[in-house]
Amino acid sequence: MRISADQGRCLGAGQCVLSAPDHFDQSELGLVDVLDPEVPEGDEQRFRDILDLCPSQALSLEA
Amino acid sequence: MTQLPEYPQARGCPFQPASGYADYAPVAKVRLYNGREVWAVTGHAEARQVLLDPVTYSSDRVHPHYPALAPRFESARKVRNFIGMDPPEHTVQRRMLLSSFTVKKTNALRPRIQSLVDGLVDEIEAKGPVADLVPDFALPVPSIVICELLGVPYADHGFFEHQSRRVVTGSTTLEESADAFAQLKGYLDELIRRKQREPGDGLLDTLIAEQVETGGLTRAELVDIALLLLVAGHETTASAIALGVVTLLEHPDQLAALRSDPRLLPTAVEELLRFMAIADGIARFATADADLAGHRVRAGDGVVVVIATANRDGEAFPSPAAFAVDRGARHHVSFGHGVHQCIGQNLARAEMEIALGTLFRRLPGLRLARDLADLPIKEAGGVQGVWELPVTW
Repeated sequence: MRISADQGRCLGAGQCVLSAPDHFDQSELGLVDVLDPEVPEGDEQRFRDILDLCPSQALSLEA
Repeated sequence: MTQLPEYPQARGCPFQPASGYADYAPVAKVRLYNGREVWAVTGHAEARQVLLDPVTYSSDRVHPHYPALAPRFESARKVRNFIGMDPPEHTVQRRMLLSSFTVKKTNALRPRIQSLVDGLVDEIEAKGPVADLVPDFALPVPSIVICELLGVPYADHGFFEHQSRRVVTGSTTLEESADAFAQLKGYLDELIRRKQREPGDGLLDTLIAEQVETGGLTRAELVDIALLLLVAGHETTASAIALGVVTLLEHPDQLAALRSDPRLLPTAVEELLRFMAIADGIARFATADADLAGHRVRAGDGVVVVIATANRDGEAFPSPAAFAVDRGARHHVSFGHGVHQCIGQNLARAEMEIALGTLFRRLPGLRLARDLADLPIKEAGGVQGVWELPVTW
């Protein structure tokens, strides 16, 4: 599975960066940057929970 | 007809939700101070449902349907900034600020916060054997940090801390809050005018250069944004640090677990945020008819999301009444949820981690100098916490 981010929805709370700094960063403008979109095998539930923390629902998972 | 329960209700213990709220789960009608009936949302899933839907549940504070949870909310209608706006207006203002509140930017402030906290603990030790940790520690940490971030002179802290306290306290009257808002606006307007003549290097100076000078914001709009950042930037975190000390001292097994493994500090702070729920309630009003936990909410109805009970919902948090520094749950709604989730949350986390971690490391014998039952608890309907925190060590 791959992570997809919508900068248009992002409001810079930083929950994703706190949860998985290897996968997410914030741009100079404070908007989400996906560093590594690949969800490691077996980590799907962990990432679903992380995506669920996003207050602006800017992140999704694609098969 | 039976009388509806009242919102807000006072806490009996500073870190426990008011006991009366337990009867409203997950959604119930309550009565506000002015007699208005609104929906209290006490369940976690229902709280998220409301907070994630800014189209159905509006934050527009100017709108007459927006419920005043306490008298001061009527005065707050005259302060217009992104916390009281809906998208897309909200989005434009919030995005002007995002670059200053990223995880990277707040982490870069950690060395400064650490040296500030070290200095305050030095002073407490020198002054001993007792201290009131509210004025001596919990308040100056976030107050100095937000001053430096915004470019507000800390020399004025006596003034703005006093006025801020009046606008976040549940018992503040309409007149007092109107006066406090007017004084803060006057102060910030004067400060911003001065900065326009003599620029400094704070966030307010950046916003003057990038937004006011280019027509993105009027000075009056910047005054109202500055007011929010200054007040929210110190009052809530000050309360969280002080009540965090109380909560840890009253759970000695959890404090011992944290001491034996300082790597638990970030999860301990997250659990404190969930458990203490410093911000009591979040107001919205319905813009359309909607279904909420089987209740028919009508367009125009007021809604209050009760953070303290949403954070103690057993469906979302196993053994919700237990304070566990290793719980590792981050889905509490202490910073709200949805597009309005606290913009300064990572700064608050950094300040709480450094303040609490340093205090308990430097003063291993720290204990309350007064019984918990005798600590003055902040009034219902405002920022929660304790007014005084006498300790010894």
